[in-house]
Amino acid sequence: MFVGPFMLVFALVFLAPIVYSLYLSVFRTQMVGGTTFVGLDNYARAMQDPQFWEGLARVSLFLVVQVPIMLGIALLVALAIDSGRLYGKSFFRISIFMPYAVPAVVASLMWGFMYGTRFGLVGNLNDALGVSLPDPLSPDLVLASIGNIVTWEFVGYNMLIFYAALRVVPHSLYEAAEIDGATQWQVVRSIKIPAIRGALVIATIFSIIGSFQLFNEPSILQSLAPNAITTSYTPNLYAYSLSFSGQQYNYSATVAIIMGLITMVIAYVVQLRGMRKEA
Amino acid sequence: MTARTTTRTTRWLRGTAVAGVLALGLTACASGETDSGEATQDADSALEEGGEITVWAWDPTLESVAADFEAEHPNVTVNLENVGTGNDQYTALQNAIAAGDGVPDVAQIEFYALPQFALSEALADLTAYGADELDGTFTPGPWGAVQQEGGVYALPTDSGPMALFYNKRVFDEHGIEVPTTWEEYVEAARTLHEADPDAYLTNDVGDAGFTTSMIWQAGGRPYQVEGTDVTIDFTDEGTQQFTSTWQSMLDEELVAPVGSWSDEWYQGLSDGSIASLVIGAWMRGNLESSVPDASGDWAVAPMPQWESGEEVTSENGGSSLAIPAASENADLAWAFLEYATVGDGIATRVDEGAFPATVAELEDPAFREQEFEYFGGQQVNEVLADSSANVAEGWQYLPFQVYANSIFNDTVGQAYVSDTTLTDGLTTWQEQSTTYGNDQGFTVNQ
Repeated sequence: MFVGPFMLVFALVFLAPIVYSLYLSVFRTQMVGGTTFVGLDNYARAMQDPQFWEGLARVSLFLVVQVPIMLGIALLVALAIDSGRLYGKSFFRISIFMPYAVPAVVASLMWGFMYGTRFGLVGNLNDALGVSLPDPLSPDLVLASIGNIVTWEFVGYNMLIFYAALRVVPHSLYEAAEIDGATQWQVVRSIKIPAIRGALVIATIFSIIGSFQLFNEPSILQSLAPNAITTSYTPNLYAYSLSFSGQQYNYSATVAIIMGLITMVIAYVVQLRGMRKEA
Repeated sequence: MTARTTTRTTRWLRGTAVAGVLALGLTACASGETDSGEATQDADSALEEGGEITVWAWDPTLESVAADFEAEHPNVTVNLENVGTGNDQYTALQNAIAAGDGVPDVAQIEFYALPQFALSEALADLTAYGADELDGTFTPGPWGAVQQEGGVYALPTDSGPMALFYNKRVFDEHGIEVPTTWEEYVEAARTLHEADPDAYLTNDVGDAGFTTSMIWQAGGRPYQVEGTDVTIDFTDEGTQQFTSTWQSMLDEELVAPVGSWSDEWYQGLSDGSIASLVIGAWMRGNLESSVPDASGDWAVAPMPQWESGEEVTSENGGSSLAIPAASENADLAWAFLEYATVGDGIATRVDEGAFPATVAELEDPAFREQEFEYFGGQQVNEVLADSSANVAEGWQYLPFQVYANSIFNDTVGQAYVSDTTLTDGLTTWQEQSTTYGNDQGFTVNQ
């Protein structure tokens, strides 16, 4: 009985939206003909929808390239700050964390202006140095440009997770290692990294979810590079376009559900792998 | 981003007496004679009774119109809400209609989006209020746009007959003649870009509104709509005429890769590196208010022609006001709509820079002969009003044009950034639009 209130809120807040999406996904509403029950037709359509799969392939590529780079930088910075050898470490800590406090929309706008080849930073560099840098907003480079924005935004956040985990490593371990004559590199490899494995797994899972949900950055840059960033550039952007420009709420819900399932499966696999090694 | 073909108007009051003179003729024929039975009387009694109506619009000139209307009818409150421009507003409207809740009493809808709302019976047919008797009040382009299957679903507020806006200072500097044909236009683009590699005759990164308007002028009629039977065909002669010319502009890189309405665009218009625009008449007000530094540089000429000596134009953008079918205060909404589109509201809006859609204004000497300081004293309205009289007939938009335009850059836009040609892009656009139309229950290309 005591769990009653909790269950009620849980059902309303967590289950209801999912159930409603599932409900939407088995219907089809047409401008001519109204709403009909179509069973799993929308799911069948998604399975064969090249736009959806291309978007998924794009965020997967983003995931395997951007996430290791971002987490690698975050780990390096966390280790550097934790080592105590860095002069003015609180200054570095705060300035690397600062971008995380900038809303993603603002960050994308800011970088969007800098990427401009005519009046932006890239344009200024071209003029000043007499060079011709490639356009960061061209179709070939725009994914890398988005990766750059996301890395800038989230290195600080991940650094903080790692740093917090490093702070709770007992100092006696370091002292023992020193007595055994271990080098700094051995300390890092054998003590620090194993000690923060849990934090690494968590940060990886968050990053996977973040990559699959990529939306803000491409959505903002779309107005600057409408031909490079299509309406189905990422699965989330695709779901949004289907729903808001196309009034295809049902299919949009289907895409969202499939994307949610894929994200869950991959995050779960990573968690299983990460935790098994720890044990 | 899709075409932002809205009127960006200036609040700059011109010191002429256009306003009063114009209003007289029109109100007389509008409110006086359209007494088609009870509906009009209902509107009159609704006005006396008073009440509140909600208007969704982003056109800034409607603020004064609403204020004047309230002053004239103290019992009436007009809640003017800007819920977004263009597509954002249509989404909100679509959602409100679907939910059956929070639907406004009057909504601004651009011409290209009207068929979509009219067809789904989301809008009230204004013939009940005698709107069908307004035939001849508006120029053919806008009047054709608000009619669907014998009904009148909105009344035009402004129109966008196309013309060539060009930077006279830059043209003179490089000795470029104002092009009268598209052939001369391409030649002018070459001359300018050769003389100054930083300068372009125009900009384009793929704009559905511009492309369809250009095809319209060239005689292409890619969309044919009869009820729910739709044909999409981008292979007709007019379309090809446009694509071959524009493809050569793209291939020779004579088009500035700058998106319209961007900061770069305004800078280009200001410093002369974007030296001309073929665009709707509403650009007059937009240049005045948004590119003040270039005052005195710009001038207006008729739209270049496909055949020398012709005078064919098309419409680019333009808006209307409609009454959603779910409005609970339709009689009062009609009273406001009538005031804003055929009543005293026109004069207010023209004063603030809007380009009208009504014949009386466009033929009025005071309007046509107005000299614009911004355009070096040129009687700009003369050119623009002539353009509105020469709009080619028979153009139709899709009943799902809003969606089609939203995927324009996915398809045709690729021609601007890759080896894809405009023709290939249009083919893909046609295929995806066809698929969407059939999914939505229309019979497209079957």
